[in-house]
Formats: sequence, C-alpha cells, structure tokens
Amino acid sequence: MIDFEKIRSSFPILDVKVNDNKLVYFDNAATTQTPTQVTNSIRDYFNKQNSNIHRGVHHLSNISTEDFEQSRKKVKEFIGAEKEEEVIFTKGTTDSINLVATSFQKFLKSGDEILISEMEHHSNIVPWQLCADKTGAKLKVVSVTKEGEIDIDHLEKLLTEKTKILSITHISNTLGTINPITEITKLARKFDTKVFIDGAQAIAHQKVNVTELDVDFYCFSAHKLYGPTGVGVLYGKEEILEKLPPYQGGGEMIELVTFEKTTYAKLPSKFEAGTPNISGVMALGRAIEFIEEINLDLIFEYETMLLNHYNEKSNKLEYYEPFGTSLNKSAIASFNLKKVHHYDIGVLLDNMGIAVRTGHHCTQPLHKKFNLAGTIRASFGIYNTKNEIDYFFDCLSRAYKMLC
Amino acid sequence: MTSVEKVQNEIVEELSLFSDWIEKYEYLIELGKDEIDFDKKFMKDEFLINGCQSKVWLYAKQKNSKITFHAYSDAIMTKGIIALLIKVFSNQSPDDIIKSKLDFIDKIGLKSHLSATRANGLMSMIKQIKIYAIGFKEKNG
Repeated sequence: MIDFEKIRSSFPILDVKVNDNKLVYFDNAATTQTPTQVTNSIRDYFNKQNSNIHRGVHHLSNISTEDFEQSRKKVKEFIGAEKEEEVIFTKGTTDSINLVATSFQKFLKSGDEILISEMEHHSNIVPWQLCADKTGAKLKVVSVTKEGEIDIDHLEKLLTEKTKILSITHISNTLGTINPITEITKLARKFDTKVFIDGAQAIAHQKVNVTELDVDFYCFSAHKLYGPTGVGVLYGKEEILEKLPPYQGGGEMIELVTFEKTTYAKLPSKFEAGTPNISGVMALGRAIEFIEEINLDLIFEYETMLLNHYNEKSNKLEYYEPFGTSLNKSAIASFNLKKVHHYDIGVLLDNMGIAVRTGHHCTQPLHKKFNLAGTIRASFGIYNTKNEIDYFFDCLSRAYKMLC
Repeated sequence: MTSVEKVQNEIVEELSLFSDWIEKYEYLIELGKDEIDFDKKFMKDEFLINGCQSKVWLYAKQKNSKITFHAYSDAIMTKGIIALLIKVFSNQSPDDIIKSKLDFIDKIGLKSHLSATRANGLMSMIKQIKIYAIGFKEKNG
C-alpha cells in the first residue's frame, strides 16, 4: 500500500494557492515536483560538501566524488544496466539525444537511414535532422495509427539494412501510448539497426530494465523523475559507447593532453567533459531512492487507477474528444472539448488552480497529422488523487459552460 | 487627455464594476462571441501575430485621418481581449496611437490573470498596432 499522506507531505509545493484555490498539479509530463528529500540534498551539498570532483586530494572533494559515483551506481541498478561505465550523466534527455545524434555521425554516410516515428517529441526529431543534414543520411518516419499507436507494419516496411539507427519514444508525451519496445527492438535486430529509446516519460511511471529491453541507448531527465532540472542520463551499451567518438572536449574527459595529440579518458568520463551538475546528480540519486521506497510497480498500478478513474469521468462527457486512445497507456490524457479552443480552457482552468499544458506539447508534426491546432493535456504523478480528478472535471464543465 | 486615454479610462471603469475574475472573464467571453468586422481574406500567415498560443490575425485600414483595426482569433478569450484593444485603438489618429500608454491593461486587472507567455501575445498585438500607426504616419508624410 502507498502511504499517501507521507508522500504528499514530502511536496510542500502542493500547498501553494493559485488564485485562492488549492493547486492541482496535472502537468507532470512537463516536469514533476520535487520532494523535500531531494531539495534538502541540494541544500546540504552546498552547505556541507561543495567541491569539484574526481580531481582533488582534499576531504570535500573525496566525499563528493564518492557521493557522485554512488549516484551512478544507483542509476545503474535502477535501470538494470550491466556496468556503471554505461551510465553517462548529461544535462537531460535533449542533451542525451544530441550526444548520440552527434557522435553517431561517424558511422553514417550518404544513403544510410535514420528511423523515427510521427509521435516523437521535437527533441527526438531535430537532433536527427541535424545529423541527417551533416551526413547525407535520410530521415524516415514511421506512421502513427488513429488510436495513437506506432504502425508496426509500417515500421517493418521501413526497416532495411540501410537503417543504421532507430530512435523512438518509450511513452508518447502527448498520446500517453506505451510503445512495445521489446517487439520493436527484435525487428531492428534483423538488420543490425541500433536502437535508441527516449525514456523521458517512462522512467518515473513504470519499471525500466534496459538489459531486458535489449536497447542500445536509453535516456531520461531527472526533472521528470521527481529530481532537479538540468541533469539527465544517457545509458549506452559499453561496446557501442567505446566506439563512439567524444561529444564535447574539455576537462575530465581526457587521459593525456599534448598540443599534438590528446588521448581520451575511459568510459564514462569520455562523455562527461567539464565540471558536471554535481548537486543535481546527487539529487537524482535521492529521487531514485524516493521512488524505490514507494516501489515502481505500485506507482504504475496507482497511476493506472487514476487514469481509469479519469477515463470513466471523461467518457460521460459527450463534448470530450480524447487524443490518443490506445489501450496501452501511461497516465497522460490529451484532449479537446468540442467547438472550444484549447487555450480558452487552459486559461479558465488555470484561474481555478489547475495546472495543465495547452498547445502542441512539442509534438507539432503529430498534431498536424491529426489536424489539431493543439490540445489540453492532463498528466498525473504519484501525489495526484481521485479527488483532484473529480475537482478537475467539475472545473472543466464549468469552464465549458462559460465558453459555450 | 487624448481620445485613446479617454476610451481606456472608460474600459477601466467598466471592468472595475466586476467583483471577481469569473465575472471579468465572462465579460471577455461575451465580447469574444460578438460579431466582428473582419474580412477572412486576411487570415493569412503574413497577418498572423507571433507570441500567441491562440492564433491572431490583424490588419489595419486608413479612413480619412483615422486608422481602423480589424482582428480575429480562434480562441474566444483572445477575441474578447482583441475587442477591447480595437475599442481603444480603432478610429484614432496615428499620433494618438503611437503616444498612447498601456497601463490600462494593468488597471483592468487582466495582466495578473494572464501569465508572462500569454501577456507576451498581448504585447505583440499592441506592438503590431503601433507599427501600423507608425507606418500610416510615415505614408501620410
């Protein structure tokens, strides 16, 4: 059982009042809130051990280095990687994708193909466009069905020996669809296509095991995992990371520097140039502890219950138009209300204390395909409740009545 | 007092009668539902205003020495705000528009309800209105 009171009491931000209403935070797909366990660790780091890591001989540097590497170990275990060297700390999901989309250019030439899907976030489209421009490789795009699922037949058609890398989201940030990663990976293996998975929306909502998924790369951001912004993870299989050239040059990533030639450090340092976000990495470790204490299987079960409750309510509204109706969904609900602009709803909900996202959620091509100017998105996290969903639907009908 | 300021004061007075945000928004929504003088052939990208989450098209015409503004949005609330802006700036001289201050938006208490990103859209609309005024002034010599 989830100790609900305890969880909510870890998030002081939930007591914030918006326009005299209690905040209802349904924008978890954009960023999750941060529990005191995490924020305290950031404060404690600066008050008690701030120093640079991996270089000093002094006490502070030593304890910080140890904590920092403890976080790496924690991430490794959390995602089921085989080695700590396979865990690279980055600025976030976007940074992780850019790293691979840049370093992987070494293996691409004109005529090769990169495969993504129509449901990708802009950050899993644009870096690959840049990569394609640079190398002459071609960007191919897998269709999404009207339910909001990856069209597997189309994917099979597009996969050929020319497909060098496939980059797909684990869970769609707009549709909420959970993609069948194992199935997709199996298909890609036929052609030795490398598989990159954007796990931003998955990591805090279900158990992820990169070894079982058998993916080559997996990435996520700490701030969607109840951690701080500005830090994220790139997981990569060791043998591939070894072959990739460095992404950025600087301190930390070198073995030996002379003006004639520099040799690079071993993994993971090779991809961690410069002083990292030390307190952020440590805080990510605390966030993982926070989540593991609750238990990800229970979180998945709880959030699925929230989504089911939400769907029961939304099904009763004849003016509710869902976007993304896959049966295999995470707790994300995008929608429009008949004849009403998403922006109008968003503004009214905001004044009632409800935080939702409105617009295209960084998936313009997906919205365009379905002829939508935008949608409203409610996305849930571990601290949300059925009562909040009930309040949300009361407000939604009030807003709708005001507008019609 | 310029005639722009006069209309602004009238709007401030009118909106101050509302006691809470719901009434104010309901008023805006009603304004947004009203028929407006907008020729749909101007619904083109070149008349689209940047910085708004909802789409806003704006064009201007000169009648004698006054400018009239015509705008449309796909969101009702935005259309309501546009209706207020048009009340303020339409049928005014270029000089009055260029010189006008915009503190009336603060005074009607809408800025606090409009987040920075949304207020940006509002600012872009006003900027575009002023650009039209400057353009007509130049043209008239």
